[in-house]
Amino acid sequence: MLELISVSSGYADAQVLRQVSLQLNAGEIVCILGRNGAGKTTMMKTIMGLLKADAGQIMYNGTDLTTLSPHKIAGFGIGYIPQGRRLFAELTVAENLEIGLMAGGKSVATRDKVLAMFPRLAERLDQRADTLSGGEQQMLATGRALCLEPQLLLLDEPTEGLQPSMIALIRDTVVALKQQGVGILLVEQRVDAVLSIADKVMFLENGMSRDIMSADHLRKNPDLLKKYIGV
Amino acid sequence: MELAPYLILGSIEGLVTAAVLALMAVGLSLVFGVMRVVNVAHGEFFMLGAVLAWFVADMIGGHPAISFIAALFIAPMLVGSLAIVADTTILKRINYDPERTIVATIGLLYIIQQVTLMTYGSNARPVEPPFNQRISIPWFEWTESGLSMYWPWGLGTTTYKLAVIGFAIILLLAIWLLMTRTRIGLIMRATQLDRDVAQAYGINVDRVYAMVFGLGAGLAALAAVLIVPIQQAHYLMGHDPLLLSFIVVIIGGLGSLAGTVVAAVLIGLSDGLISVFFTPTLAKIIATLIVTFVLIFRPSGLLGKHRP
Repeated sequence: MLELISVSSGYADAQVLRQVSLQLNAGEIVCILGRNGAGKTTMMKTIMGLLKADAGQIMYNGTDLTTLSPHKIAGFGIGYIPQGRRLFAELTVAENLEIGLMAGGKSVATRDKVLAMFPRLAERLDQRADTLSGGEQQMLATGRALCLEPQLLLLDEPTEGLQPSMIALIRDTVVALKQQGVGILLVEQRVDAVLSIADKVMFLENGMSRDIMSADHLRKNPDLLKKYIGV
Repeated sequence: MELAPYLILGSIEGLVTAAVLALMAVGLSLVFGVMRVVNVAHGEFFMLGAVLAWFVADMIGGHPAISFIAALFIAPMLVGSLAIVADTTILKRINYDPERTIVATIGLLYIIQQVTLMTYGSNARPVEPPFNQRISIPWFEWTESGLSMYWPWGLGTTTYKLAVIGFAIILLLAIWLLMTRTRIGLIMRATQLDRDVAQAYGINVDRVYAMVFGLGAGLAALAAVLIVPIQQAHYLMGHDPLLLSFIVVIIGGLGSLAGTVVAAVLIGLSDGLISVFFTPTLAKIIATLIVTFVLIFRPSGLLGKHRP
């Protein structure tokens, strides 16, 4: 579904991501782990076209995304939940969801499905996004991406700053999406929150892929976590 | 004559200024709000609107109403199209970098101004209003027989000036509806709030920017077409409205459309009243002083949001 082939990228003169390769299949959850500054968010932005790849190739279902504009990439059914949620703060919940629907060319029926997953959003449709609680904001960020009915979902630290019940809700949502065949690329700092649901784990260090392994292997060898990310 | 009739006269003149200023400043504010571009050439788009209105009216001829209505449509469309070309060929190429866009729009200012001078000349030329009946405004006085109405000498306006105020109100309402009730308005607001995430959600930001720059310039041109039957079209007429628009946008709050309209009414009314009682120059001095105080005591403007 998604394949990164020796992708390098960065900001201006600073190269952050160095020759990273990765493969993600439909219905698979791949978790990217790494310390702060390892290049996890840069990798997400590069896939979305928000940062141009200096080298390498990003293939999605046979289409080369590497040189495409970001607004075209969303049209392929790739949902993106950025770090810090980055909702359209002054827009209402309904308007934020509308942006997702427009991106995927979906109808109100899709919005109703999303609202059924997050009923609390349905009660706050006319409320401004920046007045929601942290958990509700994460629901909205997730809901906005799901309005695209994505085949591939990129989540950048979705559990950041959330209480345990909200983390469980996000985790259950991700598992439900995986069961529907959605491919999920997940960046997380909280290993405990994602290790149980991931299929594969990639360790990123200084912009380079240190290792890729099955989550089962990592669960059986927790010492590897200490070795790669010091936890 | 009593003071009150003068106040009415000053207020009407002020509201005409406010109407035109609000349209022009909303265009400037929209461009800054969505694109973060300080468009120094905005006054030249205004001037070009007035000059093109003269060209269109002169070419079409016939009844003033027909030529004016043609100018009202054609001039803003042409100026808006020119702005879209400027956006895609200049601003986009410098990646909307804040400093470089200021320099680029200064360059654009001189190009438009000098090309106008070379083609249109330095003469000021009028456009006939579509209608211009004089309306005398009555006032009241106490006489021995009680309250009686009279028509003070000089207290009056024209149907055209009242129409300018009314038309501007309708246009401002239309812009508000466009921004808050339509899909394209939602796209513009989303782009204004977070350009990157907007792109990640399928919004073609380049197209939005071109459209907003064209719309901003078109509004300036529309304001000019409305005012050109009152003032004449001249190749240097963009300077004062540009200065006043910046004053209005800063007082109202950068990027705030509601603040811009409120500030335009304040500045327009003060301009009208002070010009009637004192001099237009004093009105400009006071407007500049208001900006100074706003920058000191409320840097984000009357209705603007604090930006870290």
